[in-house]
Amino acid sequence: MPDYKKLLSGLVEPLLPLAAVAAALVIGAIMLLALGVNPLEAYGVLFSGPLGSVSGFTQMLVKATPLLLVGLGITIAFRGGVINIGGEGQLIVGALVATAVALYIPGLPGWLLIVLSLIGGAVGGGVWGSVPGALKARLGVNEILSTIMLNAIALQLANFLLRGPMIDPKEIEAGTRIAQSAQLPAEVWLWRLVPRTLLHSGAILAVVMAVLVYIFLWRTTIGYRIRAVGLNPEASRYAGIRVPVYQMLALTLGGAFAGLAGAVEVLGVQHRMLEGLSGGYGFSGIVAALFGKLHPLGAIPASVLFGGLLVGADRMQRAVQVPASLIEALLGLVVLFVVSSDLWVRYRARRRQIEATKPAAHEKQPNIEARSEVHV
Amino acid sequence: MSELFTLPVLLGMAYSGVRLATPYLYAAIGEMFAQRSGVYNLGVEGIMLMGAYAAFFVAMSSGNLWLGLLAAAVVGLLMGLLMAVVSVTFQAEQGISGIGLYLFGLGLSSLLFKTTMGGAQSITGFQAIKIPLLGDIPYLGEVFFDHNLLVYGAFLLVPLAAWVLNRTTLGLKIRAVGQNPQAADTLGVSVAGIRYFTVGLGGVMAGIAGASLSIGLINLFQENMTSGLGFIAIALVYFGSWRPWGILAGALLFSFVNALQLWIQVIGIELPSDVAVMLPYILTIVALAFAVQRAQQPAALSKPFERGES
Repeated sequence: MPDYKKLLSGLVEPLLPLAAVAAALVIGAIMLLALGVNPLEAYGVLFSGPLGSVSGFTQMLVKATPLLLVGLGITIAFRGGVINIGGEGQLIVGALVATAVALYIPGLPGWLLIVLSLIGGAVGGGVWGSVPGALKARLGVNEILSTIMLNAIALQLANFLLRGPMIDPKEIEAGTRIAQSAQLPAEVWLWRLVPRTLLHSGAILAVVMAVLVYIFLWRTTIGYRIRAVGLNPEASRYAGIRVPVYQMLALTLGGAFAGLAGAVEVLGVQHRMLEGLSGGYGFSGIVAALFGKLHPLGAIPASVLFGGLLVGADRMQRAVQVPASLIEALLGLVVLFVVSSDLWVRYRARRRQIEATKPAAHEKQPNIEARSEVHV
Repeated sequence: MSELFTLPVLLGMAYSGVRLATPYLYAAIGEMFAQRSGVYNLGVEGIMLMGAYAAFFVAMSSGNLWLGLLAAAVVGLLMGLLMAVVSVTFQAEQGISGIGLYLFGLGLSSLLFKTTMGGAQSITGFQAIKIPLLGDIPYLGEVFFDHNLLVYGAFLLVPLAAWVLNRTTLGLKIRAVGQNPQAADTLGVSVAGIRYFTVGLGGVMAGIAGASLSIGLINLFQENMTSGLGFIAIALVYFGSWRPWGILAGALLFSFVNALQLWIQVIGIELPSDVAVMLPYILTIVALAFAVQRAQQPAALSKPFERGES
C-alpha cells in the first residue's frame, strides 16, 4: 500500500515557495483593488509582459542574469552561516572596477579586456565582501550591519567617482554633467545572443557559474567545510575546521559573485557605469537565493521567475499605471512567507525523525534533522 | 577649517546635532526592547518608511499633526506585529525576515506615495517650543531647549526606558525572556507574549521615528527618505550595549557627525559632499568594531523559543 501521507508531504515541500508567491499575489490583488485597479487586468499585463513577446522574454533573461549571479553569492554566504546583505554595495564596486579596467587599460585585444574586466569586477566585489568578513573574523562585528553600512559607502563612492574622476568627458563638454562614465568601446561589449534584443552572453556565464558553484559546494573539500560551518559551527570547530576563516571566505566569495554581476551588467547591458545601475539586485538576489532553497541550481528558475516579475512590473506600470514598487512590496512578502514556511518543513522533519526511531518503523537509521537554515 | 570653529557655527551644529538624534533615539530604543527580549528586528527601516508616509499623508489630508503621529504609531504597531507573527509564532530566521519586512515597507511606502501624492509636497510640521526659563540660559538654552515636542519626547524616552527596563516587573520579564527563555517559561512568564509586546512596541517606536522625520524634522515625504537611518539605529543598539543611556551616547555621537557633515557642506569647505555623506556610515563600522569588544548581547538574541528544547 503506498503511503499517501508521505507522498503528499513530499509533494507539498517543493511547492511551498510557489504557494508563498501565490499568497503574495493574492495580497497584491487586494492592494490593487484598494487602488481602484482591476487585478486581473494588472496581472494579465504582469504575466504577458515577460511571456507574451520575444522582447519581453529576452528582457526577462537579461534581468534574471544579475539576479542569478547575486543569488549564487548569497547562496554561498548563507550556506556558510553568514548573512550577506551587502550584495548592492559589492555589485556597485564590481561594476566600478570592471568599468575602470575596460576604459583605462589601453592596447589589449577586446576578448582579453573582457576577461580582465570580468575578473576585475569579481575581485572588486570580493574585496568589498572581505571587509565585513575580516571584521567578523577578527573583531566579531555583526556582518548584517557591516554589509549594510558598506552598501551606503559604496553608493557614495560611486557617486563621487562618477561625478568627479570617472565622469564621461562628453558630459563635461556638453555641460550636462550627468553622473556616468564614458561609454565602453564596442569591442568589450558582451556579444548578443539574439539579434536586436538586449540578451547577451552574460546569461550563459551565469548559468555556467551556477553549475560551478554547485560543484564547488558539494564536490570539493572547501565547499564541504563552508557548508559544515554553516550547519553547525560548534561541531565544525570541534572537527578542527577554522570557522572564522571559512566564514570570511564565504563572505568574500559572495561579494565576488555580486561584483561579477555588476561587471556583467556594465559589459552586457549598460556599456558604461552609471548611477542606479544596481537597481536593487543586491536585495532581490537574496529573494532569488532563498526561493531557490539556497541551492545554486534552484537559483536558476528562481531568478528567471523574479526577472519575469520585474519585467512584468515595468510593463504594468506603463499599461495600467501601477507603480513598479508594488512588486518590491510583494517580494518582501514572499521573503516573509518563505521563511515562515520553514517551520512546517522543520516540523515534518521532526515527525519523520520520531517515526524513524519507533521500533516498528521501516527505516532503520534515524534521520538527521534537516535544518538547512542559516544561523546568525 | 578655521571658519568651522566660530561660535555661531558651533552652536548651530550643536543645535542640529540634538535635533537629528531624534529619529535614532525612537527607533533604537524601540529596537532595544525587542532585542532585550531576544528578537532581532531588522525591518526597522521599512517600518520607519511606512510610519513617515502614514504620518505625512494623514497630517496633510486632515490638517492635524497629532492624527498623523497616531497614524504612524498604528502603522508601526501593525508592521511590528507582522514581524512578531513571522519571528515568534513561525520561528523564522530573523535576519532574513527583517529584510523581507524592509523590502515590504520600502515598496509599499513608495507605491502609496506615488498613487496618493504623485510628487513631493511639504507641510508645516511640529513647531519648536521654547521652554520658559531654561530656554533663556545663554547658549545652552538655544541648543537644548528650543525644539519641537517630538525632539523633547525622544530625549525623555531615555530615562523612561531605563526605568522600565531596570526597575519594573515588566522590564525584568523582558530581560529574563531574552537571557534565558526556558527559565522564564518555567516561572510562568509567557515568552511569546513578552516578545509580541516588545516587537509591537518596537514597531510603534519605529513608526514614530519615521513620523519625526516627515512631520517633525524634514516636513516632507520622499521615496526611501530614511536612506539607511533605520539600519544605523540597529547598529546603535549594539553600540550602546543594549542600554538606553549607551544608546543616547551613540545617537548623539552619530547625529553630531551628521550635523558636522551638513555644516561642512553649508560652509563650503573643500570636501566632496559624497565623501562627507560617507562619514556616519564609516563611523558606524568603526564604532561596531570597538563596541563588540565589551558588549554582552542578550543570550537568546535571534533564537526562536520552543518549549521542550534544551
